[in-house]
Amino acid sequence: MAAELPTTLQYTAEHEWVDAASPVTVGITAVAADALGDIVFVELPAAGDDVQAGAVIGEIESTKSVSELFSPVTGTVVEVNQAVVDDPSLVNTDPYGAGWLLRVEVTANGPLLSAEEYGALNP
Amino acid sequence: MTPPGAPSDRSPDADPTTGAPMTDQRSPLHDEHVALGAALTSFAGWQMPLRYTSDLAEHTAVRTAAGLFDLSHMGEIDVTGPDAGAFLDRALVGDLTALRVLGARYTMVVQEDGGVVDDLVVYRTAADAYLVVANASNHDVVLATLRERAHGTGLDVTVTDRSAATALVAVQGPRALAVVEALPGLTAGPGTPGDVTPATLRYYACLPMRFDGLPVLVARTGYTGEDGFEFFVDAAGAPGLWRALLAAGADHGIVPAGLSARDSLRLEAGMPLYGNELDRTTTPHDAGLGRVVRLDKVDADGAPLPFVGRDALAARAQSAPARVLVGLQGLGRRAARHGYDVVASTRPDAPVVGTVTSGAPSPTLGHPVAMAYVTPEVSAEGRELAVDVRGRREPVRVVPLPFYRRPR
Repeated sequence: MAAELPTTLQYTAEHEWVDAASPVTVGITAVAADALGDIVFVELPAAGDDVQAGAVIGEIESTKSVSELFSPVTGTVVEVNQAVVDDPSLVNTDPYGAGWLLRVEVTANGPLLSAEEYGALNP
Repeated sequence: MTPPGAPSDRSPDADPTTGAPMTDQRSPLHDEHVALGAALTSFAGWQMPLRYTSDLAEHTAVRTAAGLFDLSHMGEIDVTGPDAGAFLDRALVGDLTALRVLGARYTMVVQEDGGVVDDLVVYRTAADAYLVVANASNHDVVLATLRERAHGTGLDVTVTDRSAATALVAVQGPRALAVVEALPGLTAGPGTPGDVTPATLRYYACLPMRFDGLPVLVARTGYTGEDGFEFFVDAAGAPGLWRALLAAGADHGIVPAGLSARDSLRLEAGMPLYGNELDRTTTPHDAGLGRVVRLDKVDADGAPLPFVGRDALAARAQSAPARVLVGLQGLGRRAARHGYDVVASTRPDAPVVGTVTSGAPSPTLGHPVAMAYVTPEVSAEGRELAVDVRGRREPVRVVPLPFYRRPR
């Protein structure tokens, strides 16, 4: 599983990923998307909202269930992915690319894991 | 986010591969599901496939081609003997002596107060032989209830649990008949009436046949709202039948389909799920299924037949209901789920008028659907209500059930 995880990203124990750019891009991992099944609705914060690392900032809903989305970082949301709002299935088909969720101007990181560390937690 | 079903702690009592409780039973088709890459889930004490590829793809395949389901977790109980029908007439709400041989009937077993213990399909395989099929979650209680109700009656009836030895496989979808007709090794047997084939088998009827020499009961029943066939076979014969159905169906678009698709399909078809629309606090009438209660059934002498729950249900049939089961069409994007409140409107101060029993996005209809118990005052078709979806009030409209009917 670790071999399929992009090594340019960092991860949280709650299955979010962040990249190394500024502002950071945030998404959820294929592990999470696969466990959820077909995603039918994504609820995201709005541009301009402040977010706190570890706090609930939205919801990812599949045909069967709903999971909370936690912020991996503290900062201010600068953009949300309207394409995913319009077509939630992008999170299933391309969770690390077109399925990105939001971009944040970061003031502080929460606890982050390397691809190897996240992969070890999710074999 | 925390994915659903992820074990929050890897308990030493869990299967290290799947995380499932070690006490879960395995279907005779378990290895097939693993080989097909199914995501397994723990359901009613069984490890069963939740999905193989995608809930939506499996749901859509059943509506447009065919899906193959493993239902081996369900309970199969033989009720046999000269008084088998008379016993079932007294133990269940339906008229089972009136069921013709090789017919099938949807019915229920209730408590003395009319509360539903389980909903059932009963197949009459001979004049003195019935197969009672119970939900996996109620197998033990249905078996105990039938045994208890047979005890001390003086009726010549035997109740035999066949569940562990019996596998159940279902093909459902508009191509189901084509798949079954393409199945090599499915032949008439000694009990097969000469003039009936799967093609001529009527809905809610059954046919004893042979598959590769093994006895198989083929039933034209299902839980999806599509045409389909259910195969009751000895557990040892299940893998051969499963693989043969997949092969026979390859040219017809068959896919294996899991419990997730099974639930969204039955919801679209307006079919109740025990534990959601039915439980011990509901009567058949509450769920709009008063028709399964045969208050008019009589014994061999033509006298009104006492059955368990009769008095309570006779009273219920005459009284105004306290709540009504309705269909709700979602007018927004968010689906209500089991247990969510139904409220009178999207206004924040609108009062609670009911409870959602089942809800999900409808892949076929393209909007959320739900079933809910609501007060009679708000139950009229077309009435606009709302559901509380985790703090947000989403608009809905009362619509008749089922949401979906297959094209005829």
